[in-house]
Amino acid sequence: MRVNFTVNGRPQEADDVWEGESLLYVLRERLGLPGSKNACEQGECGSCTVRLDGVPVCSCLVAAGQAEGRDVVTVEGLADFARQRSCGTGACGGTSLDEARQWQAEGTDSQTGEGSGLSPIQQAFIDAGAVQCGFCTPGLLVAADEMLERNPNPTDADIREALSGNLCRCTGYEKIMDAVRLAAARQSEGV
Amino acid sequence: MDFLRPASWEEALAAKAEHPTAVPIAGGTDVMVEINFDHRRPEYLMDLNRIGDLTEWEVGEDTVRLGASVPYTKIMENLRAELPGLALASHTVASPQIRNRGGVGGNLGTASPAGDAHPALLAAGAEVEVESVRGSRRIPIDEFYRGVKRNALAPDELIRAVHVKKADGPQQFSKVGTRNAMVIAVCAFGLALHPETRTVRTGIGSAAPTPVRAKAAEEFLNAALDEGGFWDNGKIITPSVAKRFADLCSAACNPIDDVRGTASYRRHAVGVMARRTLTWTWESYRGTRRASEGAA
Amino acid sequence: MPANGAPTKITQGTRTKGGIGESTLRPDGTLKVTGEFAYSSDMWHEDMLWGQILRSTVAHAEIVSIDTSEALALPGVYAVMTYDDLPTDVRNYGLEIQDTPVLAHGKVRHHGEPVAIVAADHPETARRAAAKIKVDYRELPVVTDEASATAPDAILVHENRDDHHAAHVPHPNIVHRQPIVRGDVEAARGRADVIVEGEYTFGMQDQAFLGPESGLAVPEEDGGVHLYIATQWLHSDLRQIAPVLGLPEEKVRMTLAGVGGAFGGREDLSMQIHACLLALRTGKPVKIVYNRFESFFGHVHRHPAKLYYEHGATKDGKLTHMKCRIVLDGGAYASASPAVVGNASSLSVGPYVVDNVDIEAIALYTNNPPCGAMRGFGAVQACFAYEAQMDKLAKRLGLDPVEFRQLNAMEQGTVMPTGQPVDSPAPVAELLRRVKAMPMPPERQWESSEGADVRQLPGGLSNTTHGEGVVRGVGYAVGIKNVGFSEGFDDYSTARVRMEVVGGEPVATVHTAMAEVGQGGVTVHAQIARTELGVTRVTIHPADTQVGSAGSTSASRQTYVTGGAVKNACELVREKVLEIGRRKFGSYHPAWATAELLLEGGKVVTDGGEVLADLADVLGEEAVEVEEEWRHRPTEPFDLRTGQGNGHVQYSFAAHRAVVEVDTELGLVKVIELACAQDVGKALNPLSVVGQIQGGTTQGLGVAVMEEIVVDPKTAKVKNPSFTDYLIPTILDTPTIPVDVLELADEHAPYGLRGIGEAPTLSSTPAVLAAIRDATGLELDRTPVRPEHLTGTA
Repeated sequence: MRVNFTVNGRPQEADDVWEGESLLYVLRERLGLPGSKNACEQGECGSCTVRLDGVPVCSCLVAAGQAEGRDVVTVEGLADFARQRSCGTGACGGTSLDEARQWQAEGTDSQTGEGSGLSPIQQAFIDAGAVQCGFCTPGLLVAADEMLERNPNPTDADIREALSGNLCRCTGYEKIMDAVRLAAARQSEGV
Repeated sequence: MDFLRPASWEEALAAKAEHPTAVPIAGGTDVMVEINFDHRRPEYLMDLNRIGDLTEWEVGEDTVRLGASVPYTKIMENLRAELPGLALASHTVASPQIRNRGGVGGNLGTASPAGDAHPALLAAGAEVEVESVRGSRRIPIDEFYRGVKRNALAPDELIRAVHVKKADGPQQFSKVGTRNAMVIAVCAFGLALHPETRTVRTGIGSAAPTPVRAKAAEEFLNAALDEGGFWDNGKIITPSVAKRFADLCSAACNPIDDVRGTASYRRHAVGVMARRTLTWTWESYRGTRRASEGAA
Repeated sequence: MPANGAPTKITQGTRTKGGIGESTLRPDGTLKVTGEFAYSSDMWHEDMLWGQILRSTVAHAEIVSIDTSEALALPGVYAVMTYDDLPTDVRNYGLEIQDTPVLAHGKVRHHGEPVAIVAADHPETARRAAAKIKVDYRELPVVTDEASATAPDAILVHENRDDHHAAHVPHPNIVHRQPIVRGDVEAARGRADVIVEGEYTFGMQDQAFLGPESGLAVPEEDGGVHLYIATQWLHSDLRQIAPVLGLPEEKVRMTLAGVGGAFGGREDLSMQIHACLLALRTGKPVKIVYNRFESFFGHVHRHPAKLYYEHGATKDGKLTHMKCRIVLDGGAYASASPAVVGNASSLSVGPYVVDNVDIEAIALYTNNPPCGAMRGFGAVQACFAYEAQMDKLAKRLGLDPVEFRQLNAMEQGTVMPTGQPVDSPAPVAELLRRVKAMPMPPERQWESSEGADVRQLPGGLSNTTHGEGVVRGVGYAVGIKNVGFSEGFDDYSTARVRMEVVGGEPVATVHTAMAEVGQGGVTVHAQIARTELGVTRVTIHPADTQVGSAGSTSASRQTYVTGGAVKNACELVREKVLEIGRRKFGSYHPAWATAELLLEGGKVVTDGGEVLADLADVLGEEAVEVEEEWRHRPTEPFDLRTGQGNGHVQYSFAAHRAVVEVDTELGLVKVIELACAQDVGKALNPLSVVGQIQGGTTQGLGVAVMEEIVVDPKTAKVKNPSFTDYLIPTILDTPTIPVDVLELADEHAPYGLRGIGEAPTLSSTPAVLAAIRDATGLELDRTPVRPEHLTGTA
């Protein structure tokens, strides 16, 4: 079957999709967007987290056909998405479905993120040492970015709850906590 | 495999009538795992995400009509007052990502004894609205679960909504898993006080082939509360009553040993959760009573 | 600070930014946060096929027949291969003993063993084809534990063994046996005022790296193949792959693809040979990606173990003797079992002074899943047991458990049970002092004005307690781990370092075959090059087999050994650069001939700080390149009867204090804090050091309270191969992990550093168990501890 949807602000079309394919497979193997990771295929690790119409979901649990006509943001588009949000009207007040749909990528290659700076959460993950093997990182970034959008001043318990669907095997999560705290602090300072 | 994309409820019913083996998919939590791991290759996969009606809810006089696909996150955020037990249960479902997509319809469709919504629905009292081209019917939740992963749906029927009684008293939900988040239930327990009818209802998950109520425990407690005038005097429930209730809840289990836990542990844990949730709900009931008396 | 360590000697100055000792950021960080970093599962090639492996559904059986005809007939299928299709007579592989069939030959020995492989144009086609392969099994009895495996009439997992351990083992179902005897245990027992015994069980842990096994094999025009792969040791893979393919090693090119964690699980081959076979057979690129289910069968696990211990002590708290038997279940194939036996036996005493020991460790062949390397490698299981013993002894003697440990703690100069003296700092007592001195986390943190915050209670979001039944406990543990490959192994690494001027600026390029698996080796290599060569810009060349072996990314060894190789190569490059400088500019300044010269900040300077020349001017158009192997000091094998020998290179030590809260009624545990103190010799990158310690600590927590692969003892089949039922800690299970880093230099090691990756995994588990015992008063002789063990409902 054929599936059309928007990824990181750009319309995408995938052909000859087998009906049992997941959104994750289509992103990774058909659209050249392997940033979302396949680590468990059963919704137990969060490595494949993307935003579907603004909402963080496990893309391994979305049938490709269910994405038809919808709007997807992956880690590859996170920097642009964050930039758009900070410049947008609703500044940090959350992204409505309409805003999510209206959002478009600006002058960058959505396949590689080339030409774009990093989003605050991406930069914070690097700065805090929250990246080791990095396999969990894309999913964590998408989840953490969405949490900070909803809750700009999270407590530690809030951070832990929001990221409880994302497994990391390398870091022991401490540096991930540091990274999210850092991003929140920078955000509130307007850095 | 064919992928069916009904744009409306009517189209979905027609498709299901034409292809009774079609597997409905909404949140994907169960169905996609089965496909990803090659446990299932349905002839037809039917996407229900296009049917907006399924993600809506209405708060009525006595019940909440909850669309089958209302995500657990929405239940947690919007229905905490009306459906406190289900809201608590929703909060324990898997991960934030899954709560954003999964709904009660999926739990009911799969009818796994481990589904987190079941104990809360059993305790609150609910009816499942199912429909086919032949017509619509409501199945009381007590008659819905028919065996391990079997429910009362006919092959051409789809779950449209669940009508859950609005809480008229405190409700609690508790679930044991060997991890502090993102964990499937080793066993779970739901409890609802119904002061209007002066009854208590329970629900037990993952401790029998199907989700069950601890009916003997309910009857015992209803009688004990009645005899002791507890509903009126708001006294603390005596430890012996709580213990007997907990023991009867344990006795209502018919669990197995499996990789998630032993049968013996499940019985034990259900008893502990029964006692604790009874304490929490009863304390809350007493608190509300005092507050309303104070206000009056 | 105890004055055991000499200050770190750094020959180069520290004026070059981004050198060792700084928390420089990962060079691959940006790629990893943007999703561009190419992991092995991200590889893609025009026209590539998908490989699929058919695995045995039973644990032990003869293969009566295999019929692949229906699978081959499926449209979209390009190849189906079984044992009979293997191209050469080399049909087995293995790290030390080549006992593992590439594809099952007449027999399967464990659940999930590869039987046939398929290549097709879509993963679903490949799966359907694999499902159409008909395998007729005749099931055999299974051996699953010591009793069944070593019974006189036990069915043999491997008949006709001819490996180098076969002659000295007491039973053919024992892979390897290592005794260690020292002193006089019987006499010492007579002096003991108390004797404690214990029988401990350690469950089977999985590495559970997040990036499942995967890779892409691309056939090449010369008849060879290029494999892009996630592994821990490229050259070890190469040595095992090439003979099976019937190719000379130079025709099997390997490039390290992005590795999504390893932890020992990628030391053995997984899909490497299968992908290459299919690529060579079809002439097309073949990609194989395991799913999580398959990953549980696709790599070895940590050996489950039974440990029998006896310790004696005098009234005043001095250890008199120790006897132990450690039985490791190696499963169906040898993998790293012999070396795990060596570690378990030689480290079975722990970081304590015990002069009289009688030790035996064995690894079994059984029909359980094969077990091999995992972070901590044999030392983890022993640490769990000896630390439980220390607590038992302290309790019996009425002594504080930390003071009792300190009383018996080893130090520099202590002689190990193997007769090897510990010749670098061993600050065991100090590490314990430090974790004990850390402030305690406040009590009842779950209490808030709005009631109990369940997220901070045992059970977490599942809402099982609002404080009822919750009891706090505190426990301590300390461990010892060897660093590097031991027992006489020629443990070397190779580094190629090049220095040249690019765009007017001196640039160093570091090329090694080191597998970066997340540990941060690439960060450290750049730091070493900056420190040694005084440059700012360093390029880390992708790891591949175009340079000599770096050895394995395991045994906490890469910063030591490949770091040492990079340092060594840089020093040689520096000498050559200075030679060029002397040749070009020597006549202009006498200091070229007389002074100690350094490379700093892109310049040649004297040790007095005088600038002699810009590196760019010295090098000009010339490039300086060195490739050189580097070795740490040699080790010896352990004597097969006495276990004596200088078997280890270096030791590392960590101590933990665990604070837990246990819901004693439901048996649920919340770890509140896991404080760690570790001696790292020299922290080359403090941020990475702390990250390693926290990560290792968390893996130890996992196996304390939740992680276990459950194998049915009747069928030897795995019962929980999924992330639904094999649980690893989430962020809500993981506490704060304060880390106190001690830096006492080891004068034998580069920069005085100590390998750090594994030690924190050792003591974390027994510390958590000790804390749970403290909270519950239960004995708890197994890990992981499950709710039923805490509630009498097992």
